[in-house]
Amino acid sequence: MGMSLAFHIVFAAIGISLPVLMVISEALYLRTGRPVFLELAKRWSRGAAILFAVGAVSGTVLSFELGLLWPGFMEKSGAIIGMPFSLEGFAFFTEAIFLGLYLMGWKRLPPLVHWFCGVLVILGGVASGIFVVTANAWMNAPAGFKIVDGKITDIDPIAAMLNPAAAHETLHMTLAAFIATGFAVAAIHAFFLLRDRRNTFHRNALGMALALACTSAPLQLISGDFSARSVAKLQPAKLAAMEAVYQTQTGSPWQLGGIPDDETRTTRYALTIPHGLSLLANRDPNSKIIGLDQFAPNDWPNVRLVHWSFDLMILSGLALIALSMAVGWLAWKHRGVPDGKWILRMIVAAGPLGFIAIEAGWVVTELGRQPWIIYGVMRTQEAVTPMPKIAIPFVIFALIYVFLSVALLYLLSRQFRKTEAPASDLVTKNV
Amino acid sequence: MFELIVAGFMFVALVFYAVTGDADYGAGMWDLLATGPRADAQRSAIERAIGPIWEADHVWLILIVVILFTAFPSAFAAMMTALNIPFTLMLVGIVLRGSAFIFRKYDIKSQGVKHGWSLLFGAASFFTPFIQGLTLAALSTGEIRIVDGRLATGFFAGWLTPFAFGCGLFALALFAFLAATYLTVDPSTERDVQNDFRLRALWSGVALAPIAFVVFITSKEGAPAMYHGLTQWWAPLLIGATLVFAIAALASLWQRRFALARIAAIAEVTLILTGWSLAQYPRLVTPDVTIFNAAAPEVTLRLLTYALVAGAIILFPSLFFLFRVFKSKES
Repeated sequence: MGMSLAFHIVFAAIGISLPVLMVISEALYLRTGRPVFLELAKRWSRGAAILFAVGAVSGTVLSFELGLLWPGFMEKSGAIIGMPFSLEGFAFFTEAIFLGLYLMGWKRLPPLVHWFCGVLVILGGVASGIFVVTANAWMNAPAGFKIVDGKITDIDPIAAMLNPAAAHETLHMTLAAFIATGFAVAAIHAFFLLRDRRNTFHRNALGMALALACTSAPLQLISGDFSARSVAKLQPAKLAAMEAVYQTQTGSPWQLGGIPDDETRTTRYALTIPHGLSLLANRDPNSKIIGLDQFAPNDWPNVRLVHWSFDLMILSGLALIALSMAVGWLAWKHRGVPDGKWILRMIVAAGPLGFIAIEAGWVVTELGRQPWIIYGVMRTQEAVTPMPKIAIPFVIFALIYVFLSVALLYLLSRQFRKTEAPASDLVTKNV
Repeated sequence: MFELIVAGFMFVALVFYAVTGDADYGAGMWDLLATGPRADAQRSAIERAIGPIWEADHVWLILIVVILFTAFPSAFAAMMTALNIPFTLMLVGIVLRGSAFIFRKYDIKSQGVKHGWSLLFGAASFFTPFIQGLTLAALSTGEIRIVDGRLATGFFAGWLTPFAFGCGLFALALFAFLAATYLTVDPSTERDVQNDFRLRALWSGVALAPIAFVVFITSKEGAPAMYHGLTQWWAPLLIGATLVFAIAALASLWQRRFALARIAAIAEVTLILTGWSLAQYPRLVTPDVTIFNAAAPEVTLRLLTYALVAGAIILFPSLFFLFRVFKSKES
């Protein structure tokens, strides 16, 4: 399941963000009438169409998989947290319909109506992302029900949707989708621009992708801080694992890297910033941070993996924010898309960082919640299907997703390779 | 009360899935079966008919599943556990069909590679609806037993019965018939190709009758509760109406009134599903799980009903708009 979601999260992130680029580009076309923007909007809309088709398949698989792998979880939680999934179904459907209108409406709809369909695609996509992440947030911060004598009562689906983790998780994930896709797209166009510096197609594409990525990245700093503070409050065990804090202490340092060791309950060779964690989590350099010693060892997540993934996410994120600053400064200085050799090379190199950060962040939030599937309520062990030879379906689903991803990468790269044709051909073809 | 409304929505979604999504499978079957001198023309007519936007048809299935697990969580858990194997097989079919479709559509094509994808597309289009018929039938067999909330009958109950296989075959024939009928409607198709689909629709439509009969006969042993339902007072009325539409569809095809045939075929499929649902009512997994004992608490059902109504208010006008724009000419 984790594996399927790790793939799906990438499909979804691109699927949410490509329409944003496509709509920006069409807006520019409507304002300026320059064909290059039209061509870009069409390119990106084809990308969005492929992702939609893959997303529809992957979404079908996931919705069944919930029950095929975790019937115990679904039986308990369906009534509480099924709501956002149902809403997501509608949001995804709406997205699909308007994407359909967008794809075939170029010559059938008035330009503004067509553009507005694109806007609705974005809304549908972002909304479905938010609904699904809400459900995940609930697993981290269950709300909207009571347990009396082992039975679930007093269900309140609205309270479950508006659970305390929903706000920070949805914000963090939506921004992450924009950043990761923005930088990945920017990297591809920067790569081609390095080969052919006069190519206006790639130059404009790069400009828009960077605009999306570089405005979202600094915001992620604020959202990340908000997330960390919420986790400190809601899931102290997760925060402790993220930061590899074994002993409860005041004035807790910020630890980067190192080797956490569950046996000795220490983290060796870490870079530390004194009082850093206390300051970040509670806005007070001497505040108390709860360590893993407050939890029974069988309630511990995998500290090493969580801690390292967290650091990987932070480092990738910080690198991208630094890059955004550099790009922003250069763009302001030159009043145009930065096209220096080095900055382009850096953009190419930074291409995968956003998705690395997403995956690492996913590992943090999922493994950080273990051994619970619903934090503090149900253990993952209790939720799994009673099927014997459980490894078989896991392997089948893993293979399905590897297959889908390879297919997707192959097709998207085909789409981009077509842009290698000279820009002059491109601008005359589709007008 | 709300559980009935929600179940009604699920039924509507199921009908829409059958007449759109499953018809896509039918089109895939004809793609694989394209033969004769006009095989390529048939294939391109099929490709025109299921353009990329109709991948949206398959979202109906997602909708059905999410409604099921929100409103009837224990039924969902029971189905997914008992029918784990066929559902997994179905998903494999869905993935293969979906990917093959995308590749055919977006890959830069060499003839050989394209042929390979077409083969996979067609094969998966046969496989998936067959499994769907099989699993749906398994829910009616009464062989899947849930005792104290636990599955008591293992992972092979129900879906390996003659009745289930009969239903799988019936699903295949039904969706092949539906798709072939749809394919006759497109006015831009050449007359010869249109005739090919007309013949295919007639053949598969006629073939439905004996298969349906076999399903009915096997249901006596294989799905007694369903057989009992189908011999209630309302059954002759419903079966009669279904027959009327079936004959109307075939007659319209014969007379080349294709738009009419399409309407009759859709009505036929809707009535068949209605009959199945009524015979199954109120059971979700025969005999132990019903829409009443598996229902989520009232508050969830009520909120879900509001959400479904609101969703439908957004969804149906959008869908209608999509159909209209799709039919309009490029300006």
